[in-house]
Amino acid sequence: MERVPILKLGDILIISIQVDLEDQSVLALQEDLADRVVSTGARGVIIDITAVEIVDSFIGRMLATIAAMSRMLDAETVVVGMRPAVAITLVELGLSLGGVRTALDLEKGVALLEHTRSTSR
Amino acid sequence: MTAHADASRQRIHDLLTTEEERVLQRWTALAKTSGEELRDIYQALRLAIGEGRDDLTDVRGLLAELSRERARQGHTPSDTARAVYGLKEAVYEAVESDGSADALRGFIWFSRLIDDLGLYTFEVYATARETIILDQAEQLLELSTPVVKLWEGIVAVPLIGTLDSARTQVVMEKLLQTLVETGSEHAVIDITGVPAVDTQVAQHLLKTVFAARLMGAECVISGIRPQIAHTIVTLGIEFGDIVTKASLADALAYALSRSGTEISTPRRTRIAVRTEEV
Repeated sequence: MERVPILKLGDILIISIQVDLEDQSVLALQEDLADRVVSTGARGVIIDITAVEIVDSFIGRMLATIAAMSRMLDAETVVVGMRPAVAITLVELGLSLGGVRTALDLEKGVALLEHTRSTSR
Repeated sequence: MTAHADASRQRIHDLLTTEEERVLQRWTALAKTSGEELRDIYQALRLAIGEGRDDLTDVRGLLAELSRERARQGHTPSDTARAVYGLKEAVYEAVESDGSADALRGFIWFSRLIDDLGLYTFEVYATARETIILDQAEQLLELSTPVVKLWEGIVAVPLIGTLDSARTQVVMEKLLQTLVETGSEHAVIDITGVPAVDTQVAQHLLKTVFAARLMGAECVISGIRPQIAHTIVTLGIEFGDIVTKASLADALAYALSRSGTEISTPRRTRIAVRTEEV
């Protein structure tokens, strides 16, 4: 089973998904992430799906679950780099990823997190 | 029976050979077209009949060319078919003067052959037309879906004409692709040129907006005319929290303010001053 690495940058955790995820890796990722958010006290989580070309409803739900979990631990989640084809598929599937924030690329995602933090403070 | 058929075929072939000049002259007069093409077709046909072949590929090729050429010159397909049918009349005169039973029997067969060829010119015409229409539809699709950049980080799609599923799909893909390429966070969908909005069109628009949102961009829908606003409300379509503006200018102003660009308009009334040299 492949584990997805979780990178830390300041108080932001970055997950870059580069491979086709199996159900088992997704569950492991959720657990790892929860641990890391608690241990590092991260305030933001960025999930980069630039390399993801195919999505199904399971991935869609995973994104929503991670977002809900992180919010519980007081960290904001941003999904970045979604491809047009992926976005169209998710809309056709009827998944709108409510509660998940999105940004065009990693840079804009970081900027978004910093912006929300400065306004909420 | 087969012997009969062969004999009559042979008889027609003989007539076509011996009476070539007369028949061709008569045909040209009836068809009111240049003799050269008809001569080529005539000879190809005579050869095919002489060899007893059933496939008339050469003749069909020549006829297709004739049909296209005449279509380009503005003749109707009926004209072209009538020109082909002229051959029957021309040959009949030769058959009549021959008067043998074989020739008459052969003429029935020959006439059926010409009928087929006449119909074939019609088919070619229709196919050519269809190709043109398909090409144009494709070009129209490309032409009618431009994505323009209005400002750094703001793109706009001016939609013109009726929206259907195929077009919306193209618009959606093109818009999302442009968002990625230009790194724009704001998009304006302008529907000033859309004559009518029904539930289906609205559904397509909403899907586009949601897909853009998933990618991290915000969409504004602009150019909603009074009648369309009325229709949308009457149909009970919910646009939810999607921002809508009456004009493209309003939408641009909104997108600019969202992206943090400020535009200050001078309060003073501007007047054009013109001085004339005396």
